[in-house]
Amino acid sequence: METYSLLRQFADSWMLLSLFTFFVVMAAWVFFRPGSSKTYEDVANIPFRHEDKPASIKTAAGKKEA
Amino acid sequence: MSNYIKLVVLGVVTLFALIAASFGRDLAYQVNLTTFALAAFVTFIYTLRQTDEPVYNVDLSGEYLDGVVKAGVIATALWGVVGFLVGVTIAFQLAFPALNFEWAEGYANFGRLRPLHTSAVIFAFGGNALIATSFYVVQRTSAARLWGGNLAWFVFWGFQLFIVLAATGYLLGATQSKEYAEPEWYVDLWLTVVWLAYLAVFVGTLVKRKEPHIYVANWFYLSFIITVAMLHVVNNLSIPVSIYGSKSVQVFSGVQDAMVQWWYGHNAVGFFLTAGFLGMMYYFVPKQAGQPVYSYKLSIIHFWALIFLYIWAGPHHLHYTALPDWASTLGMVFSIVLWMPSWGGMINGLMTLSGAWDKLRTDPVIRMMVISIGFYGMSTFEGPMMSIRAVNSLSHYTDWTIGHVHSGALGWNGMITFGALYFLVPKLWNRERLYSLSLVSWHFWLATIGIILYAASMWVTGIMEGLMWREVDANGFLVNSFADTVAAKKPMNIVRGLGGVMFLTGAIIMCYNLWMTVRKAPATEASTNSLVPAE
Repeated sequence: METYSLLRQFADSWMLLSLFTFFVVMAAWVFFRPGSSKTYEDVANIPFRHEDKPASIKTAAGKKEA
Repeated sequence: MSNYIKLVVLGVVTLFALIAASFGRDLAYQVNLTTFALAAFVTFIYTLRQTDEPVYNVDLSGEYLDGVVKAGVIATALWGVVGFLVGVTIAFQLAFPALNFEWAEGYANFGRLRPLHTSAVIFAFGGNALIATSFYVVQRTSAARLWGGNLAWFVFWGFQLFIVLAATGYLLGATQSKEYAEPEWYVDLWLTVVWLAYLAVFVGTLVKRKEPHIYVANWFYLSFIITVAMLHVVNNLSIPVSIYGSKSVQVFSGVQDAMVQWWYGHNAVGFFLTAGFLGMMYYFVPKQAGQPVYSYKLSIIHFWALIFLYIWAGPHHLHYTALPDWASTLGMVFSIVLWMPSWGGMINGLMTLSGAWDKLRTDPVIRMMVISIGFYGMSTFEGPMMSIRAVNSLSHYTDWTIGHVHSGALGWNGMITFGALYFLVPKLWNRERLYSLSLVSWHFWLATIGIILYAASMWVTGIMEGLMWREVDANGFLVNSFADTVAAKKPMNIVRGLGGVMFLTGAIIMCYNLWMTVRKAPATEASTNSLVPAE
């Protein structure tokens, strides 16, 4: 089979399936992972931290300040 | 020591650029290479003046690199006015052909100015806005200073040089005739260097981030930077006729070339004008509203759905061409599916204001951001509709397309950028507030009414044009000649120009307001750089 048909067939089947699977798994991971809501609630507030200066070395490891 | 190496490199670059300019086979190439040599020489002098000066090792890791963001804000505002001015000029050239002056023929006629307008607004205005805001956002959301020291400054100045090379090249006739990718091979190579430096700064900052999670705005910015690099390189594969001339020949030919061009062209819209600007939306709208994004989960779905779908939509630019039907059908279907994530993102942006809708009455900046998201929603509905083959047979090659592009570009990209500039200037220059909110309101209404005049006149004229072109009499002969449609379009062309004048006036008011904010608005105590308590 020439390259074009081979690639075309691959794109129509396995590649399509793998991309779609990636997408579905990603969505499930985002919505149904235990604790995801809490995590995302926390990270949604990232823009409201460290506005004036970078995190110092000491607070670096800390996920969030009280 | 590193300064000596820099001096050697800059000196050699200056020398070779001047040699190439003197061998140059066409005017555009000579002017471009002389400009390039001049830029290298100025950098040489600058570096020379720093060399062997005492170096003080100050630890800067405790503060953000905001100088380059400030420069980017200024460049965005100025290039914006230039780009809009050229747009107004060519709009009136279409309405009144006499404005293509005899004495400026070959330099400032419509054909030369049109790419200058598109590149100035997309790359100079939009590109500077993206670079400046991405540098601002990635630092704040990573809680880390920009990586690479002065590399960010190289990105800024390198990008300005790219803009100047492209713009002067267009006026002197250097173009490879690919829409939104007009710059010739040597300018493309320069942009590639600058863009890889940009990628390095951005990724380097992400790598040394102090926040464990990468905030969603950075995902959008990163996808924009990577995809644009890929698109730019593939679409600009060409072989120069001579290394001393601007002319080059494309590697692809025929329909393959057309497909690559519109794969590039539509993803310039998808990743430059959409993904990058969505990064702006996901940072500045929550900041201005004072509350986090409506649904962070939705923002992740928005991201993956958008990047998975956009990359396929290009073939809808090539309906009824030599492109195989299956390819244009594929492009059409993906364009329609794309409607969903686009509206998901719009809902996410708008609903970020839920519980804070009263701010719309008091804060003209948030009003600007909201209307920009509204225009995002409108043009991401219009686009999929126009990609349908049957609709496209009416709309293609008419001014409906131009109206669609401008409702997206002026409405979505322009308004969100203005909102970001109004947010950034008081922060960056440590001012308590903007100089005048009523001037922001003036800007808002001038811009909004301007866009409506623009879009509405282009809908009317585009659909009229499409209907006139397909009108046949009882015997099957075409009723109208092309010149008939041109005559019929004149009133709408004038209204479009007036809409542009209003939009331009608004932008000039913004520049004045931002300038006065820096000059006159009261300074904040210390550098609190913030309106919302951080903790």
